[in-house]
Amino acid sequence: MEGFLATPVGILALTVAQAMALLVPLLIMVAYLTWAERKVLAAMQLRRGPNVVGPFGLLQPFADALKMLMKETIIPAGASRVLFILAPMITFMLAMLAWAVIPVNDGWAIADINVGILYLFAISSLGVYGIIIAGWASNSKYAFLGALRSAAQMVSYEVSMGFVIVTVLMCVGSLNLTDIVRAQADMWFIIPLFPMFVIMFISALAETNRAPFDLPEGESELVAGFFVEYSSMSFALFFLGEYANMILMSALITILFLGGWYPPLDVAPLNWIPGPMWFVFKICFCLFVFIWVRATFPRYRYDQLMRLGWKVFLPFSLAWLVITAAALKLFGWLPA
Amino acid sequence: MTVAAFYLFAAVLVASAVMVVTSRNPVHSVLFLILAFFNAAALFLIAGAEFLAMILVIVYVGAVAVLFLFVVMMLDVDFAKLREGFQRYAPIGGVVGAILFLELVLVFGTWTFATDAAGLRLNPTPEGVDNTRALGRILYTDHVFLFQLAGLILLVAMIGAIVLTLRGKPTSKRQDVARQIARAGSVNLRQPPLGAGLGQIGIERPPVEPPPEAKPKQVEHAGHGGGHH
Repeated sequence: MEGFLATPVGILALTVAQAMALLVPLLIMVAYLTWAERKVLAAMQLRRGPNVVGPFGLLQPFADALKMLMKETIIPAGASRVLFILAPMITFMLAMLAWAVIPVNDGWAIADINVGILYLFAISSLGVYGIIIAGWASNSKYAFLGALRSAAQMVSYEVSMGFVIVTVLMCVGSLNLTDIVRAQADMWFIIPLFPMFVIMFISALAETNRAPFDLPEGESELVAGFFVEYSSMSFALFFLGEYANMILMSALITILFLGGWYPPLDVAPLNWIPGPMWFVFKICFCLFVFIWVRATFPRYRYDQLMRLGWKVFLPFSLAWLVITAAALKLFGWLPA
Repeated sequence: MTVAAFYLFAAVLVASAVMVVTSRNPVHSVLFLILAFFNAAALFLIAGAEFLAMILVIVYVGAVAVLFLFVVMMLDVDFAKLREGFQRYAPIGGVVGAILFLELVLVFGTWTFATDAAGLRLNPTPEGVDNTRALGRILYTDHVFLFQLAGLILLVAMIGAIVLTLRGKPTSKRQDVARQIARAGSVNLRQPPLGAGLGQIGIERPPVEPPPEAKPKQVEHAGHGGGHH
């Protein structure tokens, strides 16, 4: 067995097995996130939500997937065919690709690379391409307006997100995701860096085009925004990609601020629960807040969105970065 | 294995760079440019410069190319007209290209390597330090003033661009968020019972004032029988 795993075929087989072990639960989680969102929204609006297919409507995601598969894929006559088909694939692929570096437990990352956080940031900054290509390739004005909005929005919020990440990196002294979580063994970064956590969370909402920043798909004025021309599985890939991105952003927030796989306190009943479970709990908590926000807040106007990104978050995160750096230097807390 | 990967990425890089120049549609050009960036990042990875690879993707693919794409998509380019000009401008382009080529030849002809260059190239990072830290030391410790100077130049360029494009439009309406929130009665906190629907709570609305002049006029209209005009 050991000998086989050292051969190129063995390495490939092992990598595929690892990827499957991560992606299959992830995809099931994506499916049930769509169900959970409908249930939570329903509860918040005093409705029942999906309750017909299976017990508590638990089979609803699979019924939806089957329906999507059966529908016809329509490609508009004026569309740029290759790019039109490529765009949803890019969106979905990027949402999966980032998981290669996520450490679910100490040492449980498929690729534990030196610059893990930069890799994550790079992948999340690429997410805009799926949307902008979809909007352009559709050759439709609504789709194009949605794509333009999305491009401007995602680039704006990436800036403050970058500063948040840099602040965390200063406290850790490493770009490796496992090291970032290990640095939070005693205290999660949400406590000393709470304002940064808030900025990160709101930027994550904007990055994933979630309410109250879902202007790229604003159904009231843009019909459905960038994916208005998409149908069947190509639409489903966008839909699943959005939810996979939500889970990814929650994982990123968990790693940066909520102590990854560590329990909140290292005491008896809490540390019996294994690390990966804590990791998933924290992701689920973030996802619940994502949905909660959607049920609570009205959509931002576009100029308000830009104002928040550039005039509030950018100066604030920059100032907090300097304050953190000064505090680390003054009190001698700089990591070696 | 590594050599094969290098040639693969290098070949795709060169091919996509050629496509950037030759493709008819400017949007396709930008997309090929992005592909070229990706392959360059892969080449950095093969060289062991993982930090540079990631920065290339974040800065160029994630931000600069998005803005390129943004602008190019909104341009209404007439491709036939673009090709028309090719014959006219070809000689000038040729001359400029030839001059640049000559200059490059001169530069490379007189190029001499520093005496310790060969050693440095074999060992791009110092012992026991990963290349992110090594780069940080060079930029922020050894050459911090030059680095700051470069930053200042970029800042000046940015301010220049803003000054050139900023026009104070008297017609544009600006929102003063602080004033809006501070306005009396703009935010009204209340505590509805949990789980109660809107019907149970009973919604309170500010009393609607009747429009001041509408009523007497309508009475008058009614008196005339209405609908005649």
